[in-house]
Amino acid sequence: MKKLNSAEMATFVARGFLRLDAVVPEAINDAFLNELTAVAGESAAPRMQRLMQDGVVPQVAPGTALPDAYPEGSALANMLAVPEVAGAVESLVGSNCVVDHHFLHTTTPGGTAQHTHQDSTIDPRTAFDVQLFYFPHNVDASMGGTRFVPGTHLRIVSEMGIARYQNLRGQQRIVCPAGTVVFFHHGLWHGAGANRSDATRYVCKIRLCPSEAQRRRWDTSDLPDAGALQAPVFWCDPEAPQQPVERILTTPEPWFEQDTGRLELMNRIRLWRYLTGDEQYDIGYWMTRVENEHASIG
Amino acid sequence: MALRQKLLILYLSNSALDSPVVGWARHDGLDHASPPEPGADDEPAYARGVDALRDGWRLIQASPLTAHPPGSEFTTAYLKYEFLFEKLVDSAEGEEIRP
Repeated sequence: MKKLNSAEMATFVARGFLRLDAVVPEAINDAFLNELTAVAGESAAPRMQRLMQDGVVPQVAPGTALPDAYPEGSALANMLAVPEVAGAVESLVGSNCVVDHHFLHTTTPGGTAQHTHQDSTIDPRTAFDVQLFYFPHNVDASMGGTRFVPGTHLRIVSEMGIARYQNLRGQQRIVCPAGTVVFFHHGLWHGAGANRSDATRYVCKIRLCPSEAQRRRWDTSDLPDAGALQAPVFWCDPEAPQQPVERILTTPEPWFEQDTGRLELMNRIRLWRYLTGDEQYDIGYWMTRVENEHASIG
Repeated sequence: MALRQKLLILYLSNSALDSPVVGWARHDGLDHASPPEPGADDEPAYARGVDALRDGWRLIQASPLTAHPPGSEFTTAYLKYEFLFEKLVDSAEGEEIRP
């Protein structure tokens, strides 16, 4: 498998998503799409039953170990075995993660865009699940690929409570080549778009939950040494090279409010501490400053 | 004359009305055919909240500034700086009503 590197992990921590464009070979995409092919006159419910019985998208009990979830040789099992996909799963939630649920989202032409939401329920954990989205065919801008807002994943909100936010600066829509796999942090704000094309859009979503510590599971060979002095802030040389993880974790999103944008940096630092096990990790003194109780201890 | 509301909700970068827009939503009490589509616009109609005032929108509500509950000082959740504007429109004529 091909694990993520530290910069890719930091990108996931900061932005809440990771794109692996066109990593799934054409043969697997074609096999999956052939299995999905509609039978003439078949309505939605019988089709769903057929796909379950054939094991194309099987019924899976919540808590099933990922290695046991999909029939060997099926297109979904083959997709999950792609080295880049398997490596990202191992890096983010561990290969022994369990399936929470999955769903084959089928968006037919027409319809309306989904309100902005966060999946499941309010979820204040530091540990995180990932939602794997597999796009077996090309998705162009007219097809209403999933809309999402990078960097929103660490906000503690309650599902459709954010539906009133129609547009946020920096929002993106997934436009991608066939065989793209995208990982979302479970908290990322998103919504399906309206399909303005004349083609049906498919995306298979699998929610994966860790069953063991999410600590240093990625390729950490490029991880900076713990305990190194933090780079100077505010009064500093703007041309000075910045360590990639620090640069990624401190890059704001266009929708950040001025004050809570700083709290988002602290959220990211907390998550990086959780993933690395380095409880002293900090950037810009953001955490150390408010954790300093020396004066009150006296 | 039957009045209808047009609503504009702006989310600003801080509590000042002249700070930059970071999020926005629209609703039109006259438009039955095309409800607002989430994610339809990547750029707001106004760069700052005060620009909406200058274009005739009436501010009818702004988020209050509230103290942070102990233990939640660092929690981020919903957007903090919400400003709600309206325009009143004559539903028969489709024309904006200006007092």
